[in-house]
Amino acid sequence: MCDQTFMAATFGPCESCGKPSPLMNIYIKNEAINYCSFCVELMACQGLQSGESVASLKRECESLKKKLEEERGKLNDVELHQVADKIEVLGALAIKTRRVLKGHGNKVLCMDWCKDKRRLVSSSQDGKVIVWDGFTLSKENGISVPCTWVMACAYAPTGCAVACGGLDNKCSKAVAMHTNYVSGCTFTNSDNQILTSSGDGSCALWDVESGQLLQSFHGHTADVLSLDLAPSETGNTFVSGGCDKKANVWDMRSGQNIQSFESHVSDINCVKYYPSGDAFASASDDATCRFYDLRADREVAVYQKDSVIFGASTVDFSLSGRLLFAGYNDYTINVWDVLKGTRSSILFGHENRVSRVRVSPDGTALCSASWDHTLRIWA
Amino acid sequence: MSGSSNIVAMKKVVLQLRLEAGINRVKVSQAAADLQQFCLQHAQHDPLLTGMSTSNNPFRPQKVCSFL
Repeated sequence: MCDQTFMAATFGPCESCGKPSPLMNIYIKNEAINYCSFCVELMACQGLQSGESVASLKRECESLKKKLEEERGKLNDVELHQVADKIEVLGALAIKTRRVLKGHGNKVLCMDWCKDKRRLVSSSQDGKVIVWDGFTLSKENGISVPCTWVMACAYAPTGCAVACGGLDNKCSKAVAMHTNYVSGCTFTNSDNQILTSSGDGSCALWDVESGQLLQSFHGHTADVLSLDLAPSETGNTFVSGGCDKKANVWDMRSGQNIQSFESHVSDINCVKYYPSGDAFASASDDATCRFYDLRADREVAVYQKDSVIFGASTVDFSLSGRLLFAGYNDYTINVWDVLKGTRSSILFGHENRVSRVRVSPDGTALCSASWDHTLRIWA
Repeated sequence: MSGSSNIVAMKKVVLQLRLEAGINRVKVSQAAADLQQFCLQHAQHDPLLTGMSTSNNPFRPQKVCSFL
């Protein structure tokens, strides 16, 4: 590396090597750094192996992307629905509205079931979070959150606590602080940790008691709209989806982005793991839901129909994973046969967009939340 | 020093891609077979799929009305 000639405004000991020399006055992230020209060169080349440069890195980037596509393509020997051809077609489903929960004064944005299979919590644009008994329709509890657009709420595993978050960038009494809205939150396997996704493009793991940030997950290039924790048997990973059309799988302990899927053509509104933990589904503004297998590292099914043109906002699997319930902006819930890729049934009833669908923990019922101010329980 | 920040960003992307390119993958036929097997194994225990009888499903109205 040959030294460049430059206009030196100051002369003195270099802040890096200590030798007195003409200093280059540069600013990195608004901090003034006074290094001699040699140390500046060294700093710029940090992280580069010998022989690397922007051009060579770009070339490697392109070739790696091609290699990834090739590798993924090689394994695509058959389509999921072809494998499923041999199994019986689903019979007609006898699912109807069994309960309508009225009480919110504005759009219901999110809901979650309690592990006791009868209680559920819902949050709304009116700033209220209500805990309901699903059997009797009674409201057990209601709190007012000092912000509107409570976009996310989650029940703690023990059933003793509820977390919620939204446009105030916080999740529950400032346990989690993001620099933009909180779009999703979920407790991890204990009451003590919360995983949040945010409009600031990151996901984060927090300790509930201390409010401390335990791990942050960076990689999305736009708002993260949804996240889901892997079923406990399969380990410490979670999947997130966002406005950058990507779905990323993360290792919770290291913060590493393990896998990434980009096949949607518009924002991903919701992601949900398949019950076995080996796959996940996503719902998107492009009116499709897609199914990705983690071990094959690729999309294996697309759930779409020419007649379905409105964006899908939410998905959830039935207990066996055979059915995929998806809520759409055309006020309906489509029930898809996960294996065959066909639509099994449509659930009508809501009078506005369906914002969230969740199957109860024992699989006996589906709850849907809607902008029509109500929740419906289907069974 | 925008040159160095470009390099750092590119380097991150390349490292991430190297990681993703290196993972072990199975064939779709194998993965699909496993997904299918999981579905079929658990199909009996899926109330929404099989349609629980009204007496077992707490949400369905029973013959005798028992709302509290």
